Amino acid sequence: MKQLWLTAKLDIVESLRARWFLIYTLVFGGIVALLFLFGLTESRVLGFIGLSRLLVTYIQLTMAILPIFVLITTVRSVAGDREAGVFEYLLSLPVGLGAWFWGKIVGRYIVIFLPVFAAMVGAVLIALVRDIEVPWGMFGYYTALLAAIAACFLGLGMLVSTLARSTDMAQGAAFLVWLTLLLFLDLILLGVMIQGQVAPEVAVGIALANPLQVFRTAALALFDPQLIVLGPSAFVILDTFGAKGYMVYALAYPTLIGAVSATLGYFLFRRGDLP
Amino acid sequence: MIRFDNVSKTFRRAPVLDGIHLEIGLGERLALIGSNGAGKTTLIRCLLGEYTHDGTVTIEGRSPRADRTAVLGAIGFVPQLPPPLKMPVGQLIGFAAGLCGTAPGRMLDLAERLGLDTGPIMDRQFVRLSGGMKQKLLIAIALGREARVLVMDEPAANLDPEARKIFFELLAERAESATMLISSHRLNEVSALVNRVVELDMGKVVLDDRVADDVSLTGMLACRICVKRFEPALAKALGSWNFNDLGGGLEWQGTVAGPDRLRFLGMTSRYVALISDISMTETQD
Repeated sequence: MKQLWLTAKLDIVESLRARWFLIYTLVFGGIVALLFLFGLTESRVLGFIGLSRLLVTYIQLTMAILPIFVLITTVRSVAGDREAGVFEYLLSLPVGLGAWFWGKIVGRYIVIFLPVFAAMVGAVLIALVRDIEVPWGMFGYYTALLAAIAACFLGLGMLVSTLARSTDMAQGAAFLVWLTLLLFLDLILLGVMIQGQVAPEVAVGIALANPLQVFRTAALALFDPQLIVLGPSAFVILDTFGAKGYMVYALAYPTLIGAVSATLGYFLFRRGDLP
Repeated sequence: MIRFDNVSKTFRRAPVLDGIHLEIGLGERLALIGSNGAGKTTLIRCLLGEYTHDGTVTIEGRSPRADRTAVLGAIGFVPQLPPPLKMPVGQLIGFAAGLCGTAPGRMLDLAERLGLDTGPIMDRQFVRLSGGMKQKLLIAIALGREARVLVMDEPAANLDPEARKIFFELLAERAESATMLISSHRLNEVSALVNRVVELDMGKVVLDDRVADDVSLTGMLACRICVKRFEPALAKALGSWNFNDLGGGLEWQGTVAGPDRLRFLGMTSRYVALISDISMTETQD
C-alpha cells in the first residue's frame, strides 16, 4: 500500500507541475466563471433557473471537454514516460507492478477529478454568496456522474497507453476512441435510423452502450425525468430501467467500463516488456 | 548469486540475446562489454525483470520478475542515460528512499561525498541538472541502500576525476559484500574496476575471462609529468585532474586514483610528443 501511495503522490506532484494541468484547471474554472458572468443563472430552460440551469450547462460542456482531456493527457503521460526511458529507471526500483500501475491511476484520478469538482464547488459557493438556491440533490448526482465519466475515460486511457508503444500512436488511438464515441452520440445513430438500416431498439441499445450518451441522457434525466426531449427512445430507456434505475445505471456502467479497461490494461502491462 | 540460464530474447523476430548462460558469484566485479547492439542493455533489463524472455534469470534463487519487490530491493542500478525525470531532486530521493526502505539522508550524504551540494538543488527538476550532477545523484541513490547487487551502465562516464576517485572508494567499501555488474562499450573504461570480463556480441557470450585483480579500488598514484614546452590544452587537461603547475607549465605534479590510471594515460597519450618525462608511483593501498 505504501508503494501505491508513493506512486500516486509522484504522479500527482508531477501532474500539478505540468502545463496541461494548468490549462485543464483554467478551462473548467473558466467555464463556471463565464457562465456566471453571462448571467446563466438568470436564464430559464424547461422551467429551470438559477444554479440548476448553470449546472445543466456546465455538465453538457464538461461532457464535451473532459473525456478528450483525460484521454490525451493520460496516454501522453504513460506512453511518453515509456518512450523517454523513464520506465527503465523508475521500474528498476523495488515497486510492485500492481502498486505502480494502480498508483498511477489513483494519482491521475485525483488530479483530473479535483479541478472539475472544484469548479462545481466554486459555483455553489458563488450561489450561496449571491443568495441563489442550491439544488443539493442535483449537485450530488452531477458530482457522482462526473466521477463516473472521469473513471471511465481514465481506464480507457490507461488501456490505450498500455497497448500503444509510442506517444504518437497512443494519441492517435485516444483521439479515435473519443471520436467514435462522439459520432455514436447522434450523427451515425440518427443517420442509420433515418435510413431504416437498423431497428430502433438496436440504435437505442448502441446509445446505451456508449458511455458518453449514457452520461448525457442521465444529465438530461435530472431536469427532464420523462426524457421528453429524447422522443420515443425515452420509452425504451424508462421501460427497461425506470427513472431511478437509469440513474444508477448511468453511474455504474461508465465506472465498470473504466474499471474493466484499467484491469485489462494492467494485465497487458505486467505481461509484456516494461520499458 | 546471479544466474542466467539459457536466456534468449527476440524483438520482432530479431534475436538480441541468444542462449546466455552465466553465473556470477558474490563479490565478483564483472565488466559487461560489447559494441552497440551486442545485447548488454537487454541483458541488464532482463536482470532487472523489465523484459520478458526465454530461459530463467535468478538472483539468490529468486526471479526478478515474479519477486520484484524483494529482488529489486537488493539491486542498485545506475543507467547509462539518466532518465528525463521532471520531478524535483528532493522528490526523487524521497520516492526512491521510501521504496527502498532507507533514510533519504543516507542517499544525500553519499551525494555530498561525491561532491554534489544537494541543498540548492532539492527543488530543481532532475532533468535540469548537468550530466555530472545527474550521474552523482543516481550513484548516490544506488549506493545509499542495502544493495547486494550493483548494476551500473557506464557509471563513471560523466564524473570528474575527484568524483571518480570517491566513486571508486565507495565501490571498494562494497567490494566484499556486493556483486557488481559494470557495462561499458570499451574495456579500458572499466578494466581497473573488475575481476572478470564478459564480452557480448550478437547476443552471445564470446569471451568470459578472469582478469588480474591487482589494482586496488582505493589505491593512489603519485604522478609527475615534464613537458618540452607550455601547451594550453595540456595545461587545461591536467588542471581538470587537479594537477599542480610546478613551473611555467613545464612540470606538473598530482595524484591519480588507481582505477583511473588507464583513463589518465589515455588523456596524456594525446600529448605524447610533448612529454619528456613521466612517472607514476603507487603511494597507498
